[in-house]
Amino acid sequence: MFIDILSWILIVIGGTFSIISAVGILRLPDVYTRMHAAGIGDTLALGALCGGMILQAGWTIVTIKLLLILLFMFFASPTTTHALAKAAIAGGLKPLIDEDRREDGLAKSEGENP
Amino acid sequence: MLRKLGLALTLFAFWLLLSGIYEPLLLSLGVVSSLFVAGIAHRMDVVDHEGFPIHIGPKGITYWPWLIWEIIKANIDVALIIIKPDLEISPIMFRAEASQKTEVGQVIYANSITLTPGTVTVGVNEGTVDVHALTIGAADEVISGRMDRRACQMEGDS
Amino acid sequence: MFIAASAAIIVAMALTLIRAILGPTIYDRILAVNLFGTKALLLIAIMGFLTERPEFLDIALVYALINFIATIAIMKFFRFSHLGHPHEEDNLGDL
Repeated sequence: MFIDILSWILIVIGGTFSIISAVGILRLPDVYTRMHAAGIGDTLALGALCGGMILQAGWTIVTIKLLLILLFMFFASPTTTHALAKAAIAGGLKPLIDEDRREDGLAKSEGENP
Repeated sequence: MLRKLGLALTLFAFWLLLSGIYEPLLLSLGVVSSLFVAGIAHRMDVVDHEGFPIHIGPKGITYWPWLIWEIIKANIDVALIIIKPDLEISPIMFRAEASQKTEVGQVIYANSITLTPGTVTVGVNEGTVDVHALTIGAADEVISGRMDRRACQMEGDS
Repeated sequence: MFIAASAAIIVAMALTLIRAILGPTIYDRILAVNLFGTKALLLIAIMGFLTERPEFLDIALVYALINFIATIAIMKFFRFSHLGHPHEEDNLGDL
């Protein structure tokens, strides 16, 4: 019973954060800011939903597989985001920013663009 | 050699966890295939401190829960920004210190920054990382260098 | 419980698809499709629970791998215009 309540809480959190990340993808202004919204969907939404499912599954092989999915996404999601950010910068897409505190700005990154 | 044996053992454990059927035939097939993959990895010369960083395992035990807690806090911050009717964002691009000694440590640090919503690593240079942050608050969190120190601790002296 | 979760995920998937269709740049579309893939992976896992067939989790695991590889491949293609060797002037190697 207690476990049921806990997994309900986790699944509601996960569903809410999934929808929030999708709304963020729609609302935020440019691709670099949208990456932050996608980060929510890849970390907390996935983690909470998998956590809820793990509590329902108990100590079986299902739990191990869910943990493997979580572990894999933990490594894959930053790699994807980083590759996307790097590709967007190399593609000459300027981020919509208030201030740029890097010393040489974006000039160097644009020079790499083949 | 120890590292290659460790890789073969890890692969076999992975096989056991995924298959869930423990019959002699399947177990021996698992042994053969994990040794085969370890052999290929040996020939490709990818089993080194970078390809299979087993030495940071024990130190990661304190790092992971701390990182997960940071991720949860940052998630709530970004979610609140998104659901507020007036988007209070101030995107900022800045360069932060990455004082890790090895490349593995730098990758761990850069990935930790990216995993925390609100900050995304855009580029990694010698000793610094370029970060795009959603708000000034998230940027200050990276500049304060707390995560940098934790990543250094986890990396240790390898 | 799982029906509620799958409903939330389907709503999120629909919203993500809107961005994938609207997306002004190619990178917006890739980001949206990647997030869509993550949601699809969760939906497959939840379907496994709803129909009580744990084999669905294997499919979800494979889907995660394919999603990752596909995103990286598309990104590499759009950066270098081919999937083979890295660009000659780029000393970073693979993307």
